[in-house]
Amino acid sequence: MKTITFSQATLEAMREEMQRDPTVFVYGEDIVRQGGIFGQFRGLPDEFPGRVRDVPISETMIVGAALGAALTGTRPVADMHFADFIGVAFDEIANQIAKNRYMFGGQANIPLVIRAPDGIINSAAAQHSQSVEGWVQNIPGLIIVAPSSPATAKGLLKSAIRQNDPVIYFEHKVLYPQKGPVPEEEYLTPIGKAEVRKPGKDVTIVTYSIMVQKCEEAAMELEKEGISVEVIDLLTLKPFDIQTVIDSVKKTHRCVVAHEAVVTGGLGAEIASQVQEKAFFYLDAPVLRVGAKNLPIAFSSVLEKFIAANQDDIKRAVRSVLYREG
Amino acid sequence: MPFQKREFPDKFAALSKEDKVGLLRTMVRIRAFETRVEVLFLNRRIPGFVHLYIGEEAIASGVMANLSKKDWITSTHRGHGHAIAKGAHIDRMMAELFGKTTGYCKGKGGSMHIADFSVGMLGANGVVGGGYNIAVGAGMSSMIKKTDQVAVCFFGDGASNRGTFHEAMNIASVWKLPVIFVNENNQWASTTPTSYATSAVHIADRAKGYNMEGYTVDGNNVIEVYNAAAALVEAARKGKGPALLECLTYRIKGHFVGDPEKYRTKEEVQKHFIENDPITRYADWLKGKGLLDDAALATMRAEAEKEVADGEKFAEDSPLPEKEDAYNDLFSFSPSEFPEVVK
Repeated sequence: MKTITFSQATLEAMREEMQRDPTVFVYGEDIVRQGGIFGQFRGLPDEFPGRVRDVPISETMIVGAALGAALTGTRPVADMHFADFIGVAFDEIANQIAKNRYMFGGQANIPLVIRAPDGIINSAAAQHSQSVEGWVQNIPGLIIVAPSSPATAKGLLKSAIRQNDPVIYFEHKVLYPQKGPVPEEEYLTPIGKAEVRKPGKDVTIVTYSIMVQKCEEAAMELEKEGISVEVIDLLTLKPFDIQTVIDSVKKTHRCVVAHEAVVTGGLGAEIASQVQEKAFFYLDAPVLRVGAKNLPIAFSSVLEKFIAANQDDIKRAVRSVLYREG
Repeated sequence: MPFQKREFPDKFAALSKEDKVGLLRTMVRIRAFETRVEVLFLNRRIPGFVHLYIGEEAIASGVMANLSKKDWITSTHRGHGHAIAKGAHIDRMMAELFGKTTGYCKGKGGSMHIADFSVGMLGANGVVGGGYNIAVGAGMSSMIKKTDQVAVCFFGDGASNRGTFHEAMNIASVWKLPVIFVNENNQWASTTPTSYATSAVHIADRAKGYNMEGYTVDGNNVIEVYNAAAALVEAARKGKGPALLECLTYRIKGHFVGDPEKYRTKEEVQKHFIENDPITRYADWLKGKGLLDDAALATMRAEAEKEVADGEKFAEDSPLPEKEDAYNDLFSFSPSEFPEVVK
């Protein structure tokens, strides 16, 4: 094992896949001259001249051209700068990349990756702070992943690049500078498989991305209260690994879903719904959701913190499904 | 107002008699297909929406004669002509319109989503202006893989007002991508006339803002279209970058089959059809040069009609999809690997 940052882990994934396959190329706004707004592409342009490219501020082109390139024999990785800007290219996401393979009867693979830095960071305010997986969760034809650590960041990005289908890769902005252990040897993190981060027997928390560490921290504190929490890191949000969730709920009989995105219409609603459909008679309490209040993310840090979900919200939800006070 | 004219080298003159007649044959085949499709749709044998290419055949025919199967095109909702000219087979196209398993998309696409990747036809598109950036991406593939393949993006006058036009034209010019943007200005965006909805006098004028060559030609004159496309495709192949070619034409049929067309007069349509039918014009030209006679033209039409009739029979005789086929083709992997996606 070595210890590197999440950002370095994504860079290693890019480097290894670009060395492995000459048809992999990457473009985005400010990734050459700046190295990416979070430094996640630093050094890559020099290693692969012509295959790492700055583009104009043209989001419909960034996504649409990735489709055209993928249909014609290359494997593009397109950087969205901020996940929020997916909205600018929504037709390309919802009507083009997600549907082409199906509409055309499976005539062509669509090996493309949309990298989308998301999440709340430093008063970035309403248009640069969102977790937008709910926007795209509803669209058949997309694969959506969200790493939670340097190791999963690298393994999932490598898998996404090798996948012959469109993958949206949500990378939380707060995670970039965080360090963690990453295997020395080559590995892939499989798409479609959740991982149990912490085993437990009283309550299952289903979570992903930045919230994994918040849930783990909350779980440590809850241990002191005698509550044993199992934390499941989904990693793939679409199609998510419901089997791992159900297996856990059958053991704990209680479930909380936690994400940074707003609660309404979020992935938590879908997971809660599937848990009650598939494991209703195992449940000893309603499935609870933890997420941001149903508001845009405000600028002032007092407001930002109030709107976002935190460890206390997670702990409160866990106690609640155990019918405990607090 | 005069438009950006350029005398393109007369590459057409060097074509063999066969190739010259071949341009007409493509047009006649498209016309035969579309004429029959209209009847089939009105008789409720074809479901969905159908947009006919009648009157615009010279553009697909003239442009595609300059491309190989390795080159790519992106098409529009009015895409049957593009598919036929690019080399798609009429029987499989007809089967797709019928929603049969033998159709190009196994019955999952229909008229607005016909594609034939084996000949570089990257698909019709149900979203107006949805094809530009797909063509740009194909141009990127050519650049990354260092091939001489060219992408041609067909789009209508209505699509020229989409924001995607701007983003695609800009990057194509900045990166000098081998993409030719072929505008089929048929004067009507559904019910809205181009003259009302489009600020530019000529759509080709917009090329100037992208530091790109832009020309307007008579899109109902297949020789003009052929020569213009020949020059622009050759330049793109040599790495000289993209171009915009506006082909002036006229939409003889309604926006879709069944359109009541209350926004224009029958006289206007008839005048265009009688005076400016691209097939009549070119057939007359070939006859004048002694390259075609009435008998040969009649034979060509009969062959095209037979090809379409055979295609229709193939479509009729083909099986409908099984219900469970709905689960296939969404991803590169089997739906059973991720059961929660579809169950």
